[in-house]
Amino acid sequence: MMDPITLSLKVALIAVCIDFVFGLAIARSMARKEFVGKNIIESIIILPMVLPPTVLGYGMLILLGKRGGLGQMLMEQFGIQIIFTWWAAALASAVVSFPLMYQSAKAAFASVDIFLEQAARTLGTGEMRIFLTITLPLAWPGILAGLVLAFARALGEFGATLMVAGNIPGKTQTIPLAIYSAVETGDDELAKTLVLTITILSFAAVFFLNRWSKKKVQVWRKGSEAHVESRNI
Amino acid sequence: MLRAEIYKVLPGMTIDVKLAFDRGILVLFGPSGAGKTTILNCLAGLQKPDNGLISLGDHVFFSSTDKIAIPARQRKIGYVFQDCALFPHMTVKDNALYGIPSRCKKDGGYRMSVIEVMEMLGITHLQNRYPAQLSGGEKQRVALARALMVEPDLLLLDEPLSALDFATRKSLQAELKQLQRVWQIPFVLVTHSRKEMHTLADEILFLDKGCQTGYQRNDKRYPKLCVAV
Repeated sequence: MMDPITLSLKVALIAVCIDFVFGLAIARSMARKEFVGKNIIESIIILPMVLPPTVLGYGMLILLGKRGGLGQMLMEQFGIQIIFTWWAAALASAVVSFPLMYQSAKAAFASVDIFLEQAARTLGTGEMRIFLTITLPLAWPGILAGLVLAFARALGEFGATLMVAGNIPGKTQTIPLAIYSAVETGDDELAKTLVLTITILSFAAVFFLNRWSKKKVQVWRKGSEAHVESRNI
Repeated sequence: MLRAEIYKVLPGMTIDVKLAFDRGILVLFGPSGAGKTTILNCLAGLQKPDNGLISLGDHVFFSSTDKIAIPARQRKIGYVFQDCALFPHMTVKDNALYGIPSRCKKDGGYRMSVIEVMEMLGITHLQNRYPAQLSGGEKQRVALARALMVEPDLLLLDEPLSALDFATRKSLQAELKQLQRVWQIPFVLVTHSRKEMHTLADEILFLDKGCQTGYQRNDKRYPKLCVAV
């Protein structure tokens, strides 16, 4: 049994981890490459942002259900059922929030000066080291913004989660679903508490991640500002 | 001996040059859009010629007939970019050390330590600063230090002095010449300044719209070693 707050945090964190891994890999390869069909692929990636969550939920239900291609394979091969578990909620949140992560990461990678990567190549550096030491640190503020947005979106996900994970108290009932149930049953006190909780959680996530990113990542920018100030004096 | 035959079709222009060069400073001179930077990029391995051959000594970096195309990271060619391309999130020292594998940072094994190179270029006192805290001349010196730290066999410089004021440009011109004599590797330098060309060049390749329009050598410096193509 898990309370809605713990479950929501768990679901949102796992969703963001999935978004981070796939978002980074896909955004990196899409940012600098031009190929036939790129527009179609990008449109498919962005689609979850514009489609109603219930449509996505229905699609996932078809795919992950007992008679769905992936769901049936997972059940037969490994005895795993994803549908109506909190894993389904995490997957639904990951799919819905993915475009936010992808768009931010792609813009961040595209903004990294290509000459810096080329300079690193002429210094004998391999592609993986260039990515880890040049591209990723310079793109990090944009990637972090994507993570924050994806986390906030995943935390508030409702429609798709309801379709694929249901609204099972203690098992798949996240904060938005619990608010819905509380309002339905006329439990205003619980609804207000949960609304306040999710608002504080979302605000805290955005506030602290932004603060941390400024401290951690932009030391060199602060240094340059200090230098400009000292020059002006 | 650096040998290059580069044929590359670009939108609106075709680059077709041949050069052979042994030591000293070769200046690629021409107006903007003459293809100077593309030639440097081909030498460095950042762009591929459509046809041709690029070799340095016994090492063939590119050969269209033998289908050889050694990637930039394996060529040991230093490159100082026009805008320096210093890594903005790293200090001067980290920039200078970037091309040196971590095992070598500990064990040495390089001709000069990072401190020696930085002392030679007069940037030791800047080692804990970030690129955004440097002047144009300081940035160029750091870019030079970074390129030289990996002990390249050839150094390419793309208009390294174009963005500097007169005094800094003059002092860096002298430093570059001195550096080439100390380091004893060929430098290929791109410029569109006639004054800079005359000050720095041991040999000059004139370019216009991708084609070489002339070749000139300074016989006083290397009377027997220059090869005009």
